[in-house]
Amino acid sequence: MNFQYRVEIVDENMEISKGIYKLSLSGKFKGVPGQFYMLKTYGLNPLLPRPISIHDIHENKISFLYSVVGEGTKFLSQLRKGEQLQILGPLGKGFNVENIKGKAAIISGGIGIAPMLYLSKNLKVSTLHLYAGFRDEVYGIDDMKKYTDKIYLTTENGNTGVKGYITEIFNPSSYDIVLCCGPEKMMMKTVKLCKEYNVPIFVSMEKHMACGIGACLVCTCKTKNGNRRTCKDGPVFLGEDVIWDA
Amino acid sequence: MLNVNIAGVNFKNPIIAASGTFGFGQEYSSLYNVSKLGAITTKGLTLHPREGNNGLRIYETPGGMLNSVGLQNPGVIRFIDEELPRMKRLGTKIIANFGGCTIDEYIKGIELLNQTDVDMIELNISCPNVKYGGMAFGVKSSIAYQVVREAKSCCKKPLMVKLSPNAEDIVDMAFRCCEGGADALSLVNTFKAMEIDIHKRKPVFENIYAGLSGPAIKPVALRMVYDVSKAVNIPVVGMGGITSAKDAIQFIMAGAHAVQIGTANFIKPDICLDILSGIQEFMEKEGIKDISEIRGIA
Repeated sequence: MNFQYRVEIVDENMEISKGIYKLSLSGKFKGVPGQFYMLKTYGLNPLLPRPISIHDIHENKISFLYSVVGEGTKFLSQLRKGEQLQILGPLGKGFNVENIKGKAAIISGGIGIAPMLYLSKNLKVSTLHLYAGFRDEVYGIDDMKKYTDKIYLTTENGNTGVKGYITEIFNPSSYDIVLCCGPEKMMMKTVKLCKEYNVPIFVSMEKHMACGIGACLVCTCKTKNGNRRTCKDGPVFLGEDVIWDA
Repeated sequence: MLNVNIAGVNFKNPIIAASGTFGFGQEYSSLYNVSKLGAITTKGLTLHPREGNNGLRIYETPGGMLNSVGLQNPGVIRFIDEELPRMKRLGTKIIANFGGCTIDEYIKGIELLNQTDVDMIELNISCPNVKYGGMAFGVKSSIAYQVVREAKSCCKKPLMVKLSPNAEDIVDMAFRCCEGGADALSLVNTFKAMEIDIHKRKPVFENIYAGLSGPAIKPVALRMVYDVSKAVNIPVVGMGGITSAKDAIQFIMAGAHAVQIGTANFIKPDICLDILSGIQEFMEKEGIKDISEIRGIA
């Protein structure tokens, strides 16, 4: 295993959309698309680190895109340039880009867009279409334009793209493979759609975690092969294997 | 001198990874040299494999966390066949945490563990997560006494009984476990607790209750270890929200022979080493030659 615990200095942490932050660290970082790091601010409050997927890795930089949803991410969002951040990673099993071929579709819901930049950059597919759904504001799309052949957007209020949910405009029939990250209900629906057309789909699961390395068993994902640890056996699973909580 | 002897087992130092937070040691061993630990306690084992609880399993609270894992584990037989050989290579003592739903299960599990080279058995009479499970044994001292007596009668390993802070009277519970034949006591397990999701208007956990751990429980755990250590004449292993060398030293000064580190492993994966080196520094500064000099001194 190749993960490390380190203390890093925040390079940049800015709000790029309402409640959506991009945090960057300088230095050499490892990781494959779909993997994540556990991020923790200094001290005992909040107590636990938060699992945040790799948004992008450059030669001398890593970035994370995250949504402020609770106390942990609120504290993360308050970090300023020059402050300390404890990181543990890269963790988990990401997307196997070597085995993803042909015409591919990425479908994301909300902050599920976060791992898709690094994924689209690393995919070696013939065609790549992005379907991204948001509640109101659209974010994280611009950087992806040069790695995708076509982008379809939906917002729930209709401000940008088609009004409605992304699953309403997505038809998997013309794709060889689908890669998905978003709210559990959205992923469940997408898996169901793909099943109807017999198109394989990989989903990146999100669960509350504690250790991040497979020891504590709080992030269990139920699958057809039994309980799996989202942090270590996932977060990327074959869609048809997942037994959904939602 | 950091080594401690508990029920005939010599631990190289008093820092023990707590059950349920350290798996079977493999994951953490890829981050640091876990042979530096005094011991590793296994994930809570049961006679048969368990899938654990459904729904959310963790919820952070101020200074603490609630867990509702529900004893997910491969069962004692697969532990012996698959995990134990790998664990033995980690270079530290192994404490097998075992819990049962019936006295018969306790006996069968202990008989299986008797035939292995685990160094000690930690009897879980306190897991609050499993319906009809450990909780009943760990609340009433008369029932705990029966379980410990039966367990001890068939146990060929040093037997440490892990107490629940949810016991009706922790000191009486400790007394009765001693009477039942416990060779050592460890305390405390998690506190029975809950949280409510105000939007869904229902408890966040499917099991309603969950176990509270972390710094939030430390002063209460410390009080219990202090009271129990003064009351019994067998070794006590203290735990409950320890995140620093200072916390660990407090438990030792309260009377503990050793301490277990649980939730803190999630805060910083190699925190056990920080705690260990912090204790060493403290001893040097204070001119303490043997850790036993400060045991129970408070």
